[in-house]
Amino acid sequence: MWSFSNIANSIHEWLSNNFNPTWTIIIEMVIAGVAVISLFALLGLVLVIMERKVSAWMQIRLGPNRVGPKGMFQSLADTLKLLVKEGLTPGGADKFLFNLAPFIAMIVAMLLMAPIAFAKDFQLWDLNIGVLFVSAVSSIMVISILMAGWASNNKYSLMGAMRSGAQIVSYELSAGLSILAVVVMTGSLQVSEIIESQRNGWWIFKGHLPMLIAFVTFIIAVTAETNRAPFDLAEAESELTAGFHTEYSGMKFALFFLAEYVNVFIVCAIGATLFLGGWMPFHIGKWEGFNHVMDYIPSSIWFFGKTFFLIFLIMWFRWTFPRLRIDQLLNLEWKYLLPISMINLLIVTAMAILGWHF
Amino acid sequence: MFIKKYIQEIWGAVKSLLKGMRRTGYYFTHHKEIITQQYPDNRETLNLPERFKGEVVMPHDENNEHRCTGCQACELACPNGTIKVIFKNELNAEGKKKKAIDKLVYHLELCTMCNLCIEACPSDAIKMAQTFEHSVFDRNELTKILNNPGSKIMDGVE
Repeated sequence: MWSFSNIANSIHEWLSNNFNPTWTIIIEMVIAGVAVISLFALLGLVLVIMERKVSAWMQIRLGPNRVGPKGMFQSLADTLKLLVKEGLTPGGADKFLFNLAPFIAMIVAMLLMAPIAFAKDFQLWDLNIGVLFVSAVSSIMVISILMAGWASNNKYSLMGAMRSGAQIVSYELSAGLSILAVVVMTGSLQVSEIIESQRNGWWIFKGHLPMLIAFVTFIIAVTAETNRAPFDLAEAESELTAGFHTEYSGMKFALFFLAEYVNVFIVCAIGATLFLGGWMPFHIGKWEGFNHVMDYIPSSIWFFGKTFFLIFLIMWFRWTFPRLRIDQLLNLEWKYLLPISMINLLIVTAMAILGWHF
Repeated sequence: MFIKKYIQEIWGAVKSLLKGMRRTGYYFTHHKEIITQQYPDNRETLNLPERFKGEVVMPHDENNEHRCTGCQACELACPNGTIKVIFKNELNAEGKKKKAIDKLVYHLELCTMCNLCIEACPSDAIKMAQTFEHSVFDRNELTKILNNPGSKIMDGVE
């Protein structure tokens, strides 16, 4: 049957037959890099049009409907427009840091792609501390935002960056704690083992109520970490014009914009991997026939389906909830999410030790 | 009790957030409720909401009679001097002089469609029309005279 891992294996075989091992590795790395970059471009296009359509329908509007069938090429047209625009660097800005910041944002997003399993046996790098790697690298994101805000030499940018710093640093805690809940259950940090442990049921079903609480906490925390509404204080159009990317234009702005959407994809992919079983099909106990039908659906479709469901959920939040004030934001984290996820982790640990899950 | 209040707060928050999500989810799945008009495409079948305000007009009946007494309430109510009432003296049936409007001048270019003149009018002589394609090449065309030429006041309107 057709699958991503077959394609990857046949490419690897062909390369090892025609080149020596060093060149094989180099060419494979180049192919992986090109694949990741094209996935980025595709994700940017798809997620922007998805966001605009979802927001339109939730606000009883029609959304883009002129470019292409039902407006589906709108984001392509916008990208072309951004490509030909001038990337202006303000006179008072710190030129080096200002131009470096968008690339750091993109590099972080690219690094985060490494441990994600897109399909069965299809993963760039199955390192044994995959989940730790993700939560460690995603905190570098805040550096690019602070860098952009500081180097712009603009009060709005700086305020946006500072807010974003406070927000990401505090929400990282509860995101980490809810990831830990899954790690405690699985007993491993490796992404492939976490997925394997969900063969007989996803953690959100197997882990009863505590896992559900961990999932909700995770979704709230990652919404805050990716700076999306209702936690979009870093941009806050009505207060700070556009926050840390006020001064950016052209392709440098587009890189920030793309990094935001790719980050949304990545956190949703992580959420799908940890709580919804990654590429594992949906199985119900002893219903053999049903399980066989579910197995027939390719693993990549399962993964992308779950991920896009979570992305839709986050978009739903964005277009429903009002933005929080900075003190409300920090209250929510330190008074509610953190204590709840700590107690939850304790319960999950007890469950794991006593074996109170399926 | 502190813990009870804490849990109640969380419960209330989750409930109200889910209520909001239910509403937007309903709109997301019910595309028939979309209120946006595809304007240039459906120009013939445009379906404007009832309270849409396009411009001020003065309705006349089939005898070319209007209801305006010239009380100037609209002129006084207007915040930016859009309406100007010009009077003339008219002889009524008994040969007495009576004040009546000669022209009710309306400057569409100044109007903000605030509806205050319509609310101020005691005899319902003016109302808001739903026309909105007002662009012209000469701005003099935007100064309109609302009463028809040769029109007079309806009987019984004081």
